Amino acid sequence: MKIHEYQAKEILGAAGIPIPAGEIATSATEAFEIAERINLPVMVKSQVHAGGRGKAGGIKYAENAEAAKVLASNIIGMEIKGLTVKKVLVTAAEDILSESYVGIILDRVSKRPIIMVSPAGGVDIEEVAAKTPHKIFKLAVDPEQGLKAYQARNLAYKLYRDIAQVRAAADIIMKLYQCFWDCDASLVEINPLITNTAGKVVAIDAKMNIDDNALYRQANIEAMRDLDAENSAEIEAREGDLSFVKLEGSIGCIVNGAGLAMATMDLVKRYGAEPANFLDIGGSSNPRKVVTAMKIILEDPNVRAILINIFGGITRCDDVARGIVEAFDELQPSVPVVVRLTGTNAKEAAKILAKVKLPFENTLDDVVKKAIELAQLDVAV
Amino acid sequence: MSIFLNKKSKVLVQGITGRDGSFHAQQMKAYGTNVVGGVTPGKGGSKVSNIPVFNTMEEAVAKTKANTSVIYVPPPFAVDAVYEAGDAGIKLIVCITEGVPANDMMKVYQYVKAHGARLIGPNCPGLISVDQAKVGIMPGTIVKKGNVGVVSRSGTLTYEAIWALTQAGMGQTTCIGIGGDQIIGTNFIDCLEAFEADRATKAIVMIGEIGGSDEEDAAKYIKKHVTKPVVSFISGQTAPPGVRMGHAGAIISSGSGTAEGKIEALNKAGVPVAGSPTEIPALLTDLIKQRKAKVAKKKVSASGKTSAKKTTKKKTVKKTAKKVTSVRKKTVSKAARGTKKTTRKASGKKVTNKRK
Repeated sequence: MKIHEYQAKEILGAAGIPIPAGEIATSATEAFEIAERINLPVMVKSQVHAGGRGKAGGIKYAENAEAAKVLASNIIGMEIKGLTVKKVLVTAAEDILSESYVGIILDRVSKRPIIMVSPAGGVDIEEVAAKTPHKIFKLAVDPEQGLKAYQARNLAYKLYRDIAQVRAAADIIMKLYQCFWDCDASLVEINPLITNTAGKVVAIDAKMNIDDNALYRQANIEAMRDLDAENSAEIEAREGDLSFVKLEGSIGCIVNGAGLAMATMDLVKRYGAEPANFLDIGGSSNPRKVVTAMKIILEDPNVRAILINIFGGITRCDDVARGIVEAFDELQPSVPVVVRLTGTNAKEAAKILAKVKLPFENTLDDVVKKAIELAQLDVAV
Repeated sequence: MSIFLNKKSKVLVQGITGRDGSFHAQQMKAYGTNVVGGVTPGKGGSKVSNIPVFNTMEEAVAKTKANTSVIYVPPPFAVDAVYEAGDAGIKLIVCITEGVPANDMMKVYQYVKAHGARLIGPNCPGLISVDQAKVGIMPGTIVKKGNVGVVSRSGTLTYEAIWALTQAGMGQTTCIGIGGDQIIGTNFIDCLEAFEADRATKAIVMIGEIGGSDEEDAAKYIKKHVTKPVVSFISGQTAPPGVRMGHAGAIISSGSGTAEGKIEALNKAGVPVAGSPTEIPALLTDLIKQRKAKVAKKKVSASGKTSAKKTTKKKTVKKTAKKVTSVRKKTVSKAARGTKKTTRKASGKKVTNKRK
């Protein structure tokens, strides 16, 4: 799960990492009031889950509260990479002398958290990694032993020469590492970590991704979920315990298992069409999941045909078949549906499905081809 | 004859009284797996399908001498179950549970490794050594005994590939699902190494997906160390970047972990990648033919310009020779088994002596 900059800053601030004063505004008037309270020049920063906010015009400098009001009214409602800005962070502007990068990621290869620092901050770290890899310094931390103070100091020396700043940065790195564990993060990033004209080290932008698997024990973070940033289908899918990703094509897919769901999408493309979605009904055989899945897909106006591909292992084909019959009764799908059920209890499933008279295919490739064929027929009519 | 798991493996089921645990304990037993017990705290002394239930892993291992465990406990308790298995001396720990926090996995991974145990999963379907034993949730009905080793990050997609092989008459040695999470205990390279060393395995099918760099690392390993033919399939070619596709590990982050990159790396290592899982058997057959043709060519060129008849003769001679050796092997292995038994008895005596 992604959280916004202002939410990440709240967490880091509470952990004792220096961040500039700021508050969140949902209207120009609120932005004006916040800027007045701060009583300094401010930055007005759009809060959307997208990179490149600055380039898109979503981050602006305001000399005073009046200017902040005007900028906020412009930024709120603007679109950045397809996302509408609903909130802005109004935060004290800093005089920047230097910009560094500090981040911690979960590394799949070493199976350890890796701390990365770079004196070349303020830009996309992937760009730094591609162009000037020698400017990135990494440390894989033993998760059992934890981060030692000297290790944090060694990394801080890569950023600063002034000993006070080194100490400040080392302290920030230690606290950031603690946040990584405390919040079950898969990524925490301060970019840039700046030094200002007063010589202070301050985090002026932050990013945090949280491991979805750990949200059950992170109630505070779960509460930060921005439902505006998700489309209604994704919310509905999550509530129905389905794994769903909306795509742009015309073939709706209902599959069991993430790998098979991806493979099914790939075959849709291979045989000349585009998938409308990724959808994994998971391992359980609850017929209601099939109904929810079909409902979500039918809400997508791009969908011209739906294919259901089930390889029964744990999932029992007869349960899925019952779900399909229920879905037909309740939803009366307006587009053609083609089914392939194989594996556990496939014969029983075929009997149940005889009621709804659906086109039935035996192999993965055939069900995909049939769905595409029916979608094209549908368009022709 | 198989990797990691065989008919001698003694299996404990952690979470045996739960819905999944009890169902799959029965299924595993029905397949012929030597399920010696189960563990659920507070349910010790009861039985599930005639399998004894213990309160702790320590007790269960002491009573049953189990060396393998399979975990069906809910995500908040799964990591603790791995630690408990490791501390009890289990050498193969298979974690089926989906939804285990990745940061917990980083810690337990180091721990298990330090204990000299192997962890498979989490978020995996487990493994089957065909006609010997199955641990996990794979349907035993789709496999067939043969000489192909199958390793995959997925569940149902693996079944699809296995089913395609079985229908094409290409049986399997061991089929193993290593899991779809970011941090997993056993990766492709571990399995490739084991399949390469397994005499019964003659070819390998590797099924990957987007996210991470395990497939790329495996490609490098195959090029250097794997002599057996390997065929692959990679899912997620149509997946958008930056979005998790069901599996926690199936995500293209900042341009890395794409299907294209993985396919390219595999092709470079001489591994053909199928366009559909159903094409895997044909691709594997072709690759085996190619390899054989290469070997035959070498033989022909080595024996000069002699007629093809000679080579065929040589082949038949070799075949009979093989038969002889295989018979010999059988007798040898029987003898070996015998010695093992005696050593076990001897060690048993030692223990009783100590107690005395």
